[in-house]
Amino acid sequence: MHNRLKPRWLVEMIAVWGYVQRNYFLTKRYFMWEVVWLTFTTVNAMSITFIGAGAAQRPGAEAINIQEYMTFLLIGALIWSYLSMIFDILSETVQWERWEGTIEYTFMSPTSRVTHLLGMGVYAVVYGIIRTAIVLGVAMLAFDLDLSEANYWAALVVLAVCSISLVGFGVVAAVMPLLSPEKGQQVTYIVSALLLLVSGVYYPIKVLPEWMQVMAQFSPVTYALEGSRAALLGGVGLSQLWGSIWPLLVMGVVFVPMGLFVFHLGENYAKRTGKLKRSG
Amino acid sequence: MKALELREVEKSFKKRRGEVVCALDSVSLSVGKGEVVGILGPNGSGKSTLVRVISTLVLPDSGEVEVFGIDATRHPKQVQRSMNRVSVEASFFKKLSAMENLLYGAKLYGVTSAEARPRIKEILDNIGFAQKRATEPMEHLSRGMQQKIALARALLTSPVLMLLDEPTTGLDPRSKKDVQAFIRRIRDAHDSSILLCTHDMGEAEELCDRVGIMMDGKILALEEAEELKRRYAENGSVPTMEETFMAATGYSVEEASAEGD
Repeated sequence: MHNRLKPRWLVEMIAVWGYVQRNYFLTKRYFMWEVVWLTFTTVNAMSITFIGAGAAQRPGAEAINIQEYMTFLLIGALIWSYLSMIFDILSETVQWERWEGTIEYTFMSPTSRVTHLLGMGVYAVVYGIIRTAIVLGVAMLAFDLDLSEANYWAALVVLAVCSISLVGFGVVAAVMPLLSPEKGQQVTYIVSALLLLVSGVYYPIKVLPEWMQVMAQFSPVTYALEGSRAALLGGVGLSQLWGSIWPLLVMGVVFVPMGLFVFHLGENYAKRTGKLKRSG
Repeated sequence: MKALELREVEKSFKKRRGEVVCALDSVSLSVGKGEVVGILGPNGSGKSTLVRVISTLVLPDSGEVEVFGIDATRHPKQVQRSMNRVSVEASFFKKLSAMENLLYGAKLYGVTSAEARPRIKEILDNIGFAQKRATEPMEHLSRGMQQKIALARALLTSPVLMLLDEPTTGLDPRSKKDVQAFIRRIRDAHDSSILLCTHDMGEAEELCDRVGIMMDGKILALEEAEELKRRYAENGSVPTMEETFMAATGYSVEEASAEGD
């Protein structure tokens, strides 16, 4: 139609909006599932926070600042909920469309893969923020949290930087179903579980065995949690959070181009071996 | 310049037990501007691989694929802009409505909702698709209606090369007629070149300027329908297209549709 007359950048931007809008339409159509997942996430975050309340009943509890511990756990639950959602949405980019049977139509459209993954990334971040804000709102009503010192701005900056590296991480994971239509998605669930285990979501990484602590150094979630907790619990400013921010920046610079490159290789492999074809 | 030109295209796939299947065996063909070329062949003959190679979804092992003179393997994004495809499965987001699927499909080609909506209305009117049903989820529509939406999605991006891979397979007779009539209208009203893969002999004969027969990854013949029939004539009488197909492939019409990959 008119697209051949439009500048390339505008065509790509229209396509980014196309991916965002499509995901919004899908969210609307699966509304009951959204309610279920939101309820699950909220209840999960509350249950984990109650572990902190339960600690008050344990012997030697007087040495623990229970309010601070509950806030520590809730921040872990919320940030993990947000970051794992970004990772999941990105990593399911291929598998979801393969399941719907639309993958070939998406891959034969003229807009670039960067546009495709950018559209998915933008939606994941916006969707993640809205869901996490709802869970936070409910949790603030339910618990007497210790956020008097919180530096929300600094925490948001840390999360924003981490979101970029998580998008890159998710894009690397998204390639798995291109390499193996049957087993690829299963691998991404294992990656997600490992991130949860080693990143210090509900405990400091110091309690982990040494080899797990080494793994934690390569997880963007580790630095996002360290930085966010320091900002929200200790009121630490951006200048003091540099120790958490620079590894995230490095990971963003490395993971995003690496993700796109790996995805390009995976797409070519799938096109050489005929694995794009619908299955399931 | 041809709309589509394939030269000596080869494609093999490795199966699980190390077996190699040759899907395209030195395939050469061309489609002129505004021409409709049909490829007849039983299931598993390589028709869908042929369409996938042209639509840049499968990379050929060797040979050249050119769309309006542009190498499709080296410059996939350039050729993707000028073509679209309708396959045997009407692949959509099943929970989304026809309208939502069409708007999404249009945006992937840089067409905004404001530009697409009047065009969608016009196309749906042309194919006799009730506007009010366009807001229903795709999963509520019949196969025939879904296939009409698939054709509308392809047409919405104004492709100059249309790849139709068994667009009427599995449709009830009424839907089949409707879809065929729509293809006829595209052929007559738009300046599109069409490659139509099918195992419906009548469809190929009626809609196509030239018809080819494909078997085991090879194009056995590609000519005007009457020429093709004459090529396989026996005892001086011109056979029907079904008889021609049987003589060329050894398959009956029923076997051609039933034989698995």
